Amino acid sequence: MATMTLKLQIWRQPGPSVPGRLVPYTAEGVSSDMSFLEMLDVVNEGLIAKGEDPIAFDSDCREGICGMCSLVVNGIPHGPERGTTVCQLHMRHFKDGETITIEPWRARAFPVVKDLIVDRSAFDRIIAAGGFVSINVGGAPDGNAIPIGKATADLAMDSAACIGCGACVAACKNASAHLFTSAKISHLALMPQGQVERQQRVVRMVEQMDAEGFGSCSNEGECEAVCPKEIPISNIARMVREYTRAVLTRR
Amino acid sequence: MTLDSKVPGGPIAEKWDHHKFASKLVNPANKRKHTVIIVGTGLAGASAASSLGELGYQVLSFCIQDSPRRAHSIAAQGGINAAKNYQNDGDSVYRLFYDTVKGGDYRSREANVYRLAQISVNIIDQCVAQGVPFAREYGGLLDNRSFGGAQVSRTFYARGQTGQQLLLGAYQSMMRQVQRGNVKIFPRREMLDLVVIDGKARGIVVRNLVTGALETYAADAVILATGGYGTVFYLSTNAVNSNVTAAWRAHKRGALFANPCFTQIHPTCIPVSGEHQSKLTLMSESLRNDGRVWVPKNPGDTRRPESIPESERDYYLERKYPSFGNLVPRDVASRNAKQVCDDGRGVGETGLAVYLDFSDAIKRLGPDVIASRYGNLFQMYEKITGEDPYKVPMRIYPAVHYTMGGLWVDYNLMSTIPGLHVLGEANFSDHGSNRLGASALMQGLADGYFVIPYTLGHYIASTPLPKVSTDADPFKEALASTQERINRLLQVKGKRTIREFHRELGRVMWDYVGMSRNEAGLKTALERIPQLREEFWQNVSVPGSPDNLNQSLEHAGRVADYLEFAEVIALDALERRESCGGHFREESQTPDNEALRDDEHYSYVAAWEFTGVGKRPTLHKEPLVFEEVHPTQRSYK
Repeated sequence: MATMTLKLQIWRQPGPSVPGRLVPYTAEGVSSDMSFLEMLDVVNEGLIAKGEDPIAFDSDCREGICGMCSLVVNGIPHGPERGTTVCQLHMRHFKDGETITIEPWRARAFPVVKDLIVDRSAFDRIIAAGGFVSINVGGAPDGNAIPIGKATADLAMDSAACIGCGACVAACKNASAHLFTSAKISHLALMPQGQVERQQRVVRMVEQMDAEGFGSCSNEGECEAVCPKEIPISNIARMVREYTRAVLTRR
Repeated sequence: MTLDSKVPGGPIAEKWDHHKFASKLVNPANKRKHTVIIVGTGLAGASAASSLGELGYQVLSFCIQDSPRRAHSIAAQGGINAAKNYQNDGDSVYRLFYDTVKGGDYRSREANVYRLAQISVNIIDQCVAQGVPFAREYGGLLDNRSFGGAQVSRTFYARGQTGQQLLLGAYQSMMRQVQRGNVKIFPRREMLDLVVIDGKARGIVVRNLVTGALETYAADAVILATGGYGTVFYLSTNAVNSNVTAAWRAHKRGALFANPCFTQIHPTCIPVSGEHQSKLTLMSESLRNDGRVWVPKNPGDTRRPESIPESERDYYLERKYPSFGNLVPRDVASRNAKQVCDDGRGVGETGLAVYLDFSDAIKRLGPDVIASRYGNLFQMYEKITGEDPYKVPMRIYPAVHYTMGGLWVDYNLMSTIPGLHVLGEANFSDHGSNRLGASALMQGLADGYFVIPYTLGHYIASTPLPKVSTDADPFKEALASTQERINRLLQVKGKRTIREFHRELGRVMWDYVGMSRNEAGLKTALERIPQLREEFWQNVSVPGSPDNLNQSLEHAGRVADYLEFAEVIALDALERRESCGGHFREESQTPDNEALRDDEHYSYVAAWEFTGVGKRPTLHKEPLVFEEVHPTQRSYK
């Protein structure tokens, strides 16, 4: 098993109101089987042993589904592997001696909490604005009462697969949340269950997205390119259509 | 203390209906006067928050993650069981109940399991109505797949991301209540103590993980939905932040801990690759629908899998269990994998792996069908191992996955502390000594959507709950002791890192309290754990300060709790001198190495009462009565 030594440039920032900077570190004995976050664990173990403050970064499931991890690696959210969260990125994709720059998501709507950790609560507020079907528990009809074509269900699932990590925002030069918001709007607009509130949902979610300070979409597709779940940009087109229709037909 | 399970009388099929009718109700106008704390936002916590919010209670919801949507239920892959019988293959509520009691090796409470099976059908309806994009047949109806321990297809799924879709459904419902003002969310908060006033759970102490401030919250009832304790083994399929802390602190305040030794080792995980490893990744059990498990017939056969001819392969599950084959329950599959590896027939660099081979299924169905069923899992496997499972068989090995044990609860899901309710994996109730695949999602949502709204209402309506303030002495005392513990952790200033202690504890647990247990090993664990705990408090190094975001401090607190709790797991395993489900005592096995129960002596729930750190807890027994499913030697042959 090959081991590597890597030069790291890592963003350190003690708190939201304190300026941050890139600090150099060396990662030694990095095995190619390590995940990127395990490599950082090893660096942190070394820092703790030296009595230094370890690097704060978010992670939880470490299998690419919770959406908690959020590192910009060499300028790319989640790093160089397509369709991969940074927790699933393995060190076999890096070379011995390479320099790696690690930064947090950067967006006005995602303020830095500490080091590589940002506050993504804006996403929760976008969902709260309308990303649901308004039904209470109890009284739901039989699950097979509404047949849904396989193609429709599959398409909805493609959008619903979003893990809410925010890489789309971090990749966008406008820090736009269009891909995230449109994925939820698409999922529910495609399903029959989402029809009743289809119009008010899109309007409310888009208004909330704007209120949070996310930027506009200028159709460059960086969001799709970095999305670890490869959510297609066609969702954004659908959201714009949904929004236009909702606004034009608003009563 | 006598443990009253409060199981209602009457025939099993009518118990829940009668119980619901007998439960007191809270007037709709009065519900908003009651505050309920819910800790944890996984399937159980989020579904409870949304259903209680819908009813009009004032819900305060806490989670350690940055958003409620990230709780570890999100990682559940394979599916959710429900007795819909959409496949016309002989399923029924009774059969799901029967399979679950049998799968749990007759160590669960019948009435709870029956209720779970009954509710299972409502869960699917509810989730479909929320817009969960379940897999569909071409005709538009819901699709099913098979899971271990059942001979019917009753598992509903959304690709390999069923937990994600169900959790997002619950999270979205909960966020709808946030928008309506009925639920208030408190992310990045870790519960560090339970506040008990006049014998009732009335509040919690949490640490704000961003500012480091300790905060107190008061309520009329507290619901814990904080998941399992698999990370006591250090390596597990759990999220790295999953922990026992909230449940353990409640235990120290008087809630009994039931069957802690019932831990589930999942048979199909990606094998360990090295010391640096921080977690293990599960490959869904659904893969066993199409994958065939095998090892070489001869020990020490190091040829590549494709060079080993059929005649020299041992498809040991198909050979030993012809009627269930690769779909035997998890405990059986895991134990058999360990056996063949102990025989020297394991594969891969470490010899601690078996093959899960899809080549027959790919030949039969084509790669496209396999991709549509398992594409994301194959991709995940390739990312981690660098090998393509379409071409080379997967290598898998068992890993800690789920904990059947948890805080003891009665039929109302209330612990031994009045007002403290425990839902989902955090309680012990429904899976006995082994959980069947696709039943965890079912239980989490059953508890949150369909059980707690009734039983919590009854508690509130029938209990005098004078207003309490967070200025009350019990809050001050809990706050002070929490602060003191944090200070102590920071003052040790030793030489070893928290992770070193955690890893060492995990190794002790895996070696002596893992897949196969014996008296000598358990006694070794019971010596090693207190030694390690003592060393921890003398030599741990916790950097940083308490008054800002400090992940080391968070981890240290969790490991400190594990160092206390691990002892109870080992003790419980030692005292249960029988094998059942996931608990395999080498001293108690059939001639062909299957788990041998001892119903005469051990047909009970072991509920442990805290008596002090390092002191032997007191064992209370809830006898298990089987009126419907007569316990027999479990056979999947």
